[in-house]
Amino acid sequence: MTKDRFTIVGRPLPKIDAWGKVTGDTKYADDLVLPRMAYGKLLRSAHAHARITAIDTTRARALAGVYGVITGADLPRVKFGILPVSQDEEALCVDKVRMVGDAIAAVAAVDEETAERACELIDVTYEPLPSLMSMEDALAHPEVRIHEYGDGPNVHKNVSLQFGDVDAALAASHLVREDVFYFEGNTHLPMEQHAAVAQWAADGRLTLWSSTQTPHYVHRLLTKILDVPGAHVRVIATPVGGGFGGKLDPFAHEIAACQLSKLTGRPVKIALTREEVFYVHRGRHPVLMWIKTGFTNDGDITGCHLKTWLDGGAYGSYGVASTFYTGVINPVTYKIPVYKFEGARVFTNKPPCGPKRGHGTPQPRFALECQLDKAAEQLGLDPADMRRRIVADPFTKTANHLTVTTIGLGECIDKVVEASQWRAKRPAFAKGVVVGDRGLGERRRKGIGIACSAYMTGAGTAIYWNNMPHSGVVLRADRSGGVAILCGATDIGQGSDSILAYLPAEVLGIEPKDVHVHPADTSLTPVDLGSYSSRVTLMCGMAAIQAATRLRRAIAEAVAKKLEISVDRLAFRDRKVGDPDDWEKAVPFAQAVELGEAMHGVLAFPGAYAPPKRAGKYKGGGVGPSPCYSYSACVVELTVDEETAEIHLDDVWIAHDIGRALNPLLVEGQVEGSIYMGIGEALMEAQVFRHDLHKAPSLLDYKSPTTLETPPIHTILVETDDPEGPFGAKEAGQGPLLPVIPAIANAIYNAVGVRVDEIPITPDKVLKGLDLKRQGKSARIGPERIPLFKFKEPLVVESAFGQPLDAIAVRPFADAQS
Amino acid sequence: MKIRLELTVNEETREVLVAPHKTLLEVLREDLGLTGTKHGCELGECGTCTVLVDGAPVLSCLALPAELQGRAIATVEGMAGGGQLHPLQQAFAELGAAQCGYCTPGVLLTAQSLLSERPTPTREEIREALAGNLCRCTGYTKILDAVELASLRMAEVAR
Repeated sequence: MTKDRFTIVGRPLPKIDAWGKVTGDTKYADDLVLPRMAYGKLLRSAHAHARITAIDTTRARALAGVYGVITGADLPRVKFGILPVSQDEEALCVDKVRMVGDAIAAVAAVDEETAERACELIDVTYEPLPSLMSMEDALAHPEVRIHEYGDGPNVHKNVSLQFGDVDAALAASHLVREDVFYFEGNTHLPMEQHAAVAQWAADGRLTLWSSTQTPHYVHRLLTKILDVPGAHVRVIATPVGGGFGGKLDPFAHEIAACQLSKLTGRPVKIALTREEVFYVHRGRHPVLMWIKTGFTNDGDITGCHLKTWLDGGAYGSYGVASTFYTGVINPVTYKIPVYKFEGARVFTNKPPCGPKRGHGTPQPRFALECQLDKAAEQLGLDPADMRRRIVADPFTKTANHLTVTTIGLGECIDKVVEASQWRAKRPAFAKGVVVGDRGLGERRRKGIGIACSAYMTGAGTAIYWNNMPHSGVVLRADRSGGVAILCGATDIGQGSDSILAYLPAEVLGIEPKDVHVHPADTSLTPVDLGSYSSRVTLMCGMAAIQAATRLRRAIAEAVAKKLEISVDRLAFRDRKVGDPDDWEKAVPFAQAVELGEAMHGVLAFPGAYAPPKRAGKYKGGGVGPSPCYSYSACVVELTVDEETAEIHLDDVWIAHDIGRALNPLLVEGQVEGSIYMGIGEALMEAQVFRHDLHKAPSLLDYKSPTTLETPPIHTILVETDDPEGPFGAKEAGQGPLLPVIPAIANAIYNAVGVRVDEIPITPDKVLKGLDLKRQGKSARIGPERIPLFKFKEPLVVESAFGQPLDAIAVRPFADAQS
Repeated sequence: MKIRLELTVNEETREVLVAPHKTLLEVLREDLGLTGTKHGCELGECGTCTVLVDGAPVLSCLALPAELQGRAIATVEGMAGGGQLHPLQQAFAELGAAQCGYCTPGVLLTAQSLLSERPTPTREEIREALAGNLCRCTGYTKILDAVELASLRMAEVAR
């Protein structure tokens, strides 16, 4: 097994759970049925902001078929939240509701219908408060307080960081652009609605099966929320039917199911309706952005100043991290010598926003990439060439002290430029190429646009500060020749279970089918922090390689003794262990395990991974560091109807620097899914509200792309073999979403000369732009103003731009990671 | 009040005693234990709960079992026969067309219906046929690839 001679890595193998998924055998949370199980429902607030003055559950309790009713009074009076700095949620609100959809009470009954009827019989008396449904309102009404904590009235977080003298750099620039952009919020929309089954058994121990992306954090928080010893709580993540960040918080239904089970002595299931999922949300933040960037004549960036305002909704959730993420990742992509970032997250009476695929970075990416396009035009440069020129240097630090390792972005740009025939099409389309089909030729115009991006391969720090591994596995060899791997990682469709089979199989020379994967069960599996921040393949992969390498050594020692040769002669392949030059004497793997077990006892080995310690030494430096970053370049070709402004995507080319494709099929799947999701955000998806209510809380009203709106996606994988990744791999699940959104915006401009600086780009906005253009006015649609808002005095830190990465990075638990 | 119904699901006739307003989706999942059929919205908007009735795709969340006695209902559990996966199932597994897998049963059955009507559809025809099945993971690309592959393989066998 050398890097050039992989047997499993690099092959387009089926996922190990594919068979269960195509036969209907896979059991998702709502497929679980336990004897005597009760069905639960939550009573949710119909008010966006109100005091609760009384709750009377008498009538609900009296309904036949009701086993139990709980309110916040039945739970320990403790607030919680996923981030230690934002402990502001209650599973069942006691004194106050802060959004439509806040849970107030919960019922367990013989069936869902009875539970629903019982909820209608709960009498809640509210004293309505003014609802603040926009950032503008929330900032204009400091006398109405949604929370009593934060960085000011209705301001959850206010950050300001400065790396180097940005004003001086901008003053010395040939061109300085100032632009304002808006990115509307949108939601994850997993096809599976959240569901949980709780069983508080007679022995006092609690088991929760849940469609969660982060069983470990749910385990920790249940301990606090329910005031129960963590040692008596077991959280099992069932296969997740789509997550995208929407199943990363502890939720009211999980907590209520546990408490109702305790009360009724029965297992309790709560499955959310689609409408509830829209209100539970934690999706993409609406973000208003102001960005000022300086350029030289040649298109080099001299400095950049970014301000972001995030509409956070009613609770903290991951919002502090989201706020930082709107600022800290942009400098990873291009050479930005000095950088200033100011960000604020505002509370409003809407469902809370949180992490959605790309967490906080698609919004500023849209702003930066559209601004680069505008600058390129002013400078008379080709936007692809300009980007190619300013790609960041590998193995250096950014202005904000992030360490980047390999960068395949230059190659990515070259590949999409070539594959899309950019050089021929762009000048042609800019002159106005019309398409002749369907008799609409004279009004249908072609356009092509480009954008790039970068994304983290796993957050460098955990959600709660600790010195333990971010991912751990236990690997156990069986005398049958099978190997079991236990790991807390959660498969949300991205294929983490399969990675946990492929990597030990590669190291041990066996087949993935020989590896039995036991994921995401807090009573059995070492902690993996969860399926977020594109961390799983890298972190559990490194842990799995470490454990497999240890197992391999133990087995090799025993086989070497038996064959009377030295350990370093041995190869592991084709389910055998032996000397490649004397292969007929090779020992079958099962027998090799027996030899190993006879020598060492039980063959079970741990593996652990924690990221290199590279956080910038300033307050806030913990958000942004990652072992390595993926890079993507994207070209979009589209057609715009000048009369209806209908936008038809013709083709998308995406080149993605994956480090190494452990399984190209799965990588392509992640890239294609990211592009699809980005297209939905760019053109149609919007989580918007009217009179305190979600405007479109159904799959019909909330428009998302079908097969008909999803164009052909041409995926090109670029391999850079990153020293930080398992066999060189970087992330694929989030980064490729980022560039498609600005690439679409840039292509629309190329087609019809209209700049829509606001996501989603719907036909009505393009039409307005076309009207302005016909009137000879500036054909720009987008926000005109920024809020009157005082950011904190910046924390001023020297820019680390261009410095080589630290020679020695501390890598905890790193021995035996080959 | 409950009613007694005889339903033929995956070529087996089963008797159920259910409330008359229960949907086919609920009866399949809760009374017949066929949890392979999933729910995405329960309002007929996403295609997740698609089953076949007499070979045609039907949204089981909008169908009433009382009207389906004597009809042939097919769910994902009935696709594989004689220990052999259906070529669509095989192709979906091989090509990574199922990521989270939640929409997969509905997509598979819709595709099966398409292939029985048009054994060698064009990519556009596959797109049209699957336009009512939402998938949030795959970007549909691998799904379209897998339907094409299954169609080719089935055509070869038929030849």
